[in-house]
Amino acid sequence: MSWLRKLLAELWGLFVDDGRYALAIVVWLLLAWLALPLLDLGGGWNALVFAAGLLAILAESVLRRARR
Amino acid sequence: MLAAFLASLVECVEALTVVLAVGVTRGWRSALTGCATGLLLLLLLVLLLGHALARIPLHGFQLVVGALLLLFGMRWLRKAVLRAAGVLALHDEDAIYRREMLALGGQAGALAGLDKLAFAVTFKSTMLEGIEVVFIVLAIGAGHADLLWPASLGALAALLVVAALGVVLHRPLARVPENTLKFAVGVLLCAFGTFWAGEGMGYAWPGADRAIPVLACAFLAVAALCVACCRRMAREVAR
Repeated sequence: MSWLRKLLAELWGLFVDDGRYALAIVVWLLLAWLALPLLDLGGGWNALVFAAGLLAILAESVLRRARR
Repeated sequence: MLAAFLASLVECVEALTVVLAVGVTRGWRSALTGCATGLLLLLLLVLLLGHALARIPLHGFQLVVGALLLLFGMRWLRKAVLRAAGVLALHDEDAIYRREMLALGGQAGALAGLDKLAFAVTFKSTMLEGIEVVFIVLAIGAGHADLLWPASLGALAALLVVAALGVVLHRPLARVPENTLKFAVGVLLCAFGTFWAGEGMGYAWPGADRAIPVLACAFLAVAALCVACCRRMAREVAR
């Protein structure tokens, strides 16, 4: 069964490198899906806010890692 | 097609590096048998998953695939930015090739018939890199049914290009600027992932499909800005 564990670990590694970064993306996805529509921004604003959040997560994670 | 081609090119180069190292040290028969078995299994996986795709509701599927594509693409882009800025070491295919050669050369000699070690190593590397290619093709094809074929053709073209170069060069493709490719692919995957996750949530993108290149430009701009900031921070620390 060790090959299965290895395969699962490799699959997990495809999506998760830095746990905090991956968690931030997932949390933002959930917020954008469940909470953002409640603000009733209208038009294409929901989509733009969603994209801006992802860009901010990327920048924050890269700069945090560089500061280490 | 371009996104699938570039992403698949990176993965194929990584798999080829291992196959070449194993082929040179343990013999080509077992190395190529392992690689071919891995490719056949992947083909089966694509046929099974591709068939299952048609049965899933589009919005839910776009959301799930968009989320996975985002996790995958943003992980790639972050790593490419950190490598471009010098925070992480660059991926060196030549060094990996030498390391594989050394490790395999130290193992017991090949048995008569199929060399189990050579078979296992090339099978594993083809499967692992290939699964990434399959995921990229399915994820890109998930947005619209008519994108699955161009994405598949892009991945197939990458496989053929890398295999042809491997036959000609018999060496890992160290000259392929891997981090530049990963940077570009990361940007494209993030753009597609953001777009499809948004569509899956029911958001209307301004400009519809034309939002994808705009998203790619935004990710590229932020990534380039991050590289510049990281380099400046490193210079300040060095002073």
